[in-house]
Amino acid sequence: MNDIRRDEVEDFLFREAELLDDWRLREWLELFTDDARYLVPSTDLKVDASPDDNLFYIADDRFRLGERVARLMKRTAHSEHPRSKTRHLVANVRIRGRSQDAIEVGAAAVTYRTKNGITDTFIGSNRYQLVVNGQGLKIREKRCHLDLDGLRPHGRISILL
Amino acid sequence: MNPTREALPFIRVDRQAATFKVARRAFVDPAVLQAEQEQIFDRSWLYLGHASELAKPGDFVTRIVARRSILFTRDAKGALHALFNTCPHRGAQVCRDRSGNAKSFQCFYHGWVFAPDGTLRNQPGGDCYAADFNREGAANMIAVPRFEQYRDFCFVCFDRDAPSLVDHLGRAREFLDLVIDQGETGMSIVGGTQEYAIRANWKLLTENSIDGYHAATTHATYLDYLKNSSGSLVNVALDGVAHDLGGGHAVLEYKAPWGRPVAQWIPTWGEDGKAEVEAIRTRLTERFGPERAERIATTNRNLFIFPNLVINDIMAITVRTYYPTAPDYMQVNAWALAPKEEGERARKFRLFNFLEFLGPGGFATPDDVEALEQCQRGFQNMKEAGWSDISKGMGKEVPSYDDEAQMRAFWSSWNERVGVSP
Repeated sequence: MNDIRRDEVEDFLFREAELLDDWRLREWLELFTDDARYLVPSTDLKVDASPDDNLFYIADDRFRLGERVARLMKRTAHSEHPRSKTRHLVANVRIRGRSQDAIEVGAAAVTYRTKNGITDTFIGSNRYQLVVNGQGLKIREKRCHLDLDGLRPHGRISILL
Repeated sequence: MNPTREALPFIRVDRQAATFKVARRAFVDPAVLQAEQEQIFDRSWLYLGHASELAKPGDFVTRIVARRSILFTRDAKGALHALFNTCPHRGAQVCRDRSGNAKSFQCFYHGWVFAPDGTLRNQPGGDCYAADFNREGAANMIAVPRFEQYRDFCFVCFDRDAPSLVDHLGRAREFLDLVIDQGETGMSIVGGTQEYAIRANWKLLTENSIDGYHAATTHATYLDYLKNSSGSLVNVALDGVAHDLGGGHAVLEYKAPWGRPVAQWIPTWGEDGKAEVEAIRTRLTERFGPERAERIATTNRNLFIFPNLVINDIMAITVRTYYPTAPDYMQVNAWALAPKEEGERARKFRLFNFLEFLGPGGFATPDDVEALEQCQRGFQNMKEAGWSDISKGMGKEVPSYDDEAQMRAFWSSWNERVGVSP
């Protein structure tokens, strides 16, 4: 069993949030393992729904997540040009489970996105599967459950949650 | 008197100069929206949902359709019903769940209980009412005036005198059939709804949903992604035609290099996937002959059914409706449609494909949302810059998929209902 502490996990998640808010997305991508997944289920699905037989908002494997980052760094990612300002707040961090080399972490999350004089708020809870190795923590899965009745008025998840 | 039928026209057509212009006032004027609610949404057939969403007796969903709260049910005998979700007693919404299964529906306010077909079963203190209180059925939930289905696609219409659904669909049926025939045992909606909003006029999404012209610039990053992901493309050029289907309906029909679960294989699906896609293709040929099977399998369809139903049969199939709640705001619902009998692997390909392009988290739709919202912002200059141009391909014998004939079809039909004739 690993003995990672909650404050170490919090430091990791706060750093993740900072990289996103600074638009250092390539560094953010390095936080993920090579087999990682990034998931945002639709808001009317059960909590354990699978993207293989349900329609999500986002279900990226590691390749597509890399392409998502590459896309967002381009001027032609029109939805994020000029870039929006974001602030990712992370709270209520808990280690929910442990194995030899991994932990499951839950956190409450609020992300503000401001562009063109409008601020949209993404409220939800994030579930992480984090791999613990000699070098520290890596994200094997990040699953963002939105506490919303649909993406209204947001209209898009063009930022990374 | 229609408040929008003033001297100023909404559409200017000059056949000599081959130009087609739409007044931007049509996107911003509250009087136009009011006229649209009355002349279009109160009168036209509107998509309610798909029969597969109510698979079992007792299944129900609640849904907003043209500002009405609708309770869509399947009764114990299997019949479908579309009811106004309001208690005949004092008006509260009877059902407050978005979906589920129920033998009856009880309004929590005073406890009246209704059957899935809307019939009043009982009410607390029933002995204080006359014995034949509900003789005329006035205490039942009210059914929508018109409810009809076309091959599991369920529609409502609030105008009792409207022509039949089949008449309304007209030539769009040919293209609906090309989608529906993909399922041997029927089509079904996959679990999960993409609900979102766009801060723009609803007609901009009509234009965008059948716009083959914007892909190269608006979706440059999506096309980059396809090129980067080795094996996501086959050697097929983007090419095709647009059809004005009459009644405001229109369709783009074209070949494209992306993978289609039914049925155009791409290398990233592997040899196992190839066998599965080929089997689907073979079965289509057995059922429909080589020509129609080829058309179903390898042509894409962006189908627009007037006034607000889009069925895009592209790298996956999306069914989409959208309603204005203000001139500069619309609410969008989007679903994924798939053959009922589809295997696990093909279903996985389908949903993976869906999300790479479609929906508010995809690589393309967010940029469409941005484009529509930027148009709406641009309309602030309407007083001095008052006209949009929809002329591309005018005068061509056969318009291309990336011309704008399909949008002119929509606007002409819209204009007959709301605007002033050119």
